[in-house]
Amino acid sequence: MSEYRGFRIFKGKVSFLIDKRATVILTILLLLAAVIFLWSTGLGDMKISPLTVLKVLFGGGTDMEQLVIHDFRLPRIIVALMVGMSLAVAGGILQGMIRNPLASPDVLGITGGAAVAVVSFLAFFSDQNHALTVSIKWMPLAAFAGAGIIALLVYFLAWKNGVSPIRLVLIGIGISALMQALTTLMMIVGPIYRASEANIWITGTVYGSNWTNVAILVPWTVIFLLIAFVMARNINVLELGDETATGVGGRVQRYRFLLLLISTALIGSSVAFAGGIGFVGLMAPHMARRLVGSAFGALLPVSAFIGGILVMLADLIGRTLFSPLEIPAGVFTAGIGAPYFIYLLFKTRNA
Amino acid sequence: MVQTIETQNLTLSYGDSIIIDELDLEIPKGEITVFIGGNGCGKSTLLRSIARLLKPKSGAVLLEGKAISKMSTKDVAKQMAILPQTPVAPEGLTVLQLVKQGRYPYQTWLKQWTEEDEKQVTNALKATGLEELKDRPVDSLSGGQRQRAWIAMTLAQDTDIVLLDEPTTYLDMTHQIEILDLLFELNEKEQRTIVMVLHDLNLACRYADNIVAIKDQKIYAQGKPEIVINCSLVRNVFGMECEIITDPLLGTPLCIPYGKGRCILKKAGTMIGS
Repeated sequence: MSEYRGFRIFKGKVSFLIDKRATVILTILLLLAAVIFLWSTGLGDMKISPLTVLKVLFGGGTDMEQLVIHDFRLPRIIVALMVGMSLAVAGGILQGMIRNPLASPDVLGITGGAAVAVVSFLAFFSDQNHALTVSIKWMPLAAFAGAGIIALLVYFLAWKNGVSPIRLVLIGIGISALMQALTTLMMIVGPIYRASEANIWITGTVYGSNWTNVAILVPWTVIFLLIAFVMARNINVLELGDETATGVGGRVQRYRFLLLLISTALIGSSVAFAGGIGFVGLMAPHMARRLVGSAFGALLPVSAFIGGILVMLADLIGRTLFSPLEIPAGVFTAGIGAPYFIYLLFKTRNA
Repeated sequence: MVQTIETQNLTLSYGDSIIIDELDLEIPKGEITVFIGGNGCGKSTLLRSIARLLKPKSGAVLLEGKAISKMSTKDVAKQMAILPQTPVAPEGLTVLQLVKQGRYPYQTWLKQWTEEDEKQVTNALKATGLEELKDRPVDSLSGGQRQRAWIAMTLAQDTDIVLLDEPTTYLDMTHQIEILDLLFELNEKEQRTIVMVLHDLNLACRYADNIVAIKDQKIYAQGKPEIVINCSLVRNVFGMECEIITDPLLGTPLCIPYGKGRCILKKAGTMIGS
């Protein structure tokens, strides 16, 4: 049962209603994420204790430890955290906006758009000798562009005196299927080893992340997460349905468009740097809803941490369990996600 | 008669089919107005367009003399609240969280729980008798409690006008009366203008100060139930033969429909069709 406390400062110029339970849960998740972060940084072929990890983070440790942590582990773990947070918050926004707990970045075709962009990139920019004619560094940009273009395409195709959630979902599912077909086509047409490269990307992995990725991803993610948190009260209102939302003075169409932009920005950057890590956008917000209920002020931050934790764990398992083999993190998120999705469907059927 | 809502030449349509045709309507301030009419006559459509949920094909809705289409939606929300037909609350949303949404037009992202917000939400919970249930998820409540939670949300909006689209649908008789009594009291105590669509003609007669009967895209009659409700109105608006008697409790008109049924009166044979 939730308990609330009013919070007012600056002579009432700033006021919030704080859900005590959600605050506690959020603090626990924050600590949990920090622990997993440190723990995961220490695990791998070379085991380093969490305490030493802390020491290394503040400039201590041996050169070898410095190298392993700074060059190999930290970037990918930070990317995993950012990607998990982004996908979870984007999924939460989409679920609220579309008013359906089954909505997710995959369902709307946004990740599909990124996949097509990536396989096309790999196919079109390969020369006779199967070497890339442009730098692989441009691949994230292609993925981001693909996600953005498809999100806008879905939005405009769904437009009919404004955009209704159901049209958005139906058009999204259609476009999503089309994107899958295109992806397969490009993979068959392109050179075979590119197909396997594309496949790893589509599954989703943070392998090979570097500090340049981190430098782009962190500010981008933080900014859009903050915007999303500020928009929380508008999502709350949208979730009541278009009519009630309009009734209490919400500008439904404007917010729906803004929220789609924010989620696309978050999804786009995630797929750009980590590929199509699936199901996090579906699972994390749903788990968060179980913990703190439907108010987005609490739901979004809690989802963010759950998402971050999920992807960090998936990556940790992927790079340690079958070492020296690297399993893409997306395999494990899908491994938990797919049964969870079926469980969700099963539950909605009985509801 | 002071009017608070007015429609001028209002034409409403879905695609090419006209639902309401060049309607001029005035809704009196501080009274309960009820729209009645047969299924699909456009009474809900009219209410939704007054609440700016539906754009008119032509004509205008005026709120205190100002065209609603020219006002900011937040300003409208401070004067007029609408409860749509059978709204659905998100899974797990608590009563308090729902009622708090009524404060949306007054909030900014830094001011989300002012003392006024708290006062209005508390009052709304008190008026609807939901103080005890405020931390329960809305989807775990009974039909009547759920509807009261939604009404509480519109009350928290602190508007002079409350519009309700069939607020008693899917409720059993006890809860229908409970909801309508609640609205009646709000009107009595706080002089809020209440405009609603009701299916049940007898309940409409019982609670309405002002009845608007809609037929063939037009207003067929408008006025006090005891003046406008008669056999010919029911015949023309609903296409049903009936007898109008006086409610033995309140004295308002009561409509007894003709038709078939088990007759256990001694003097059988007075019914049409027998």
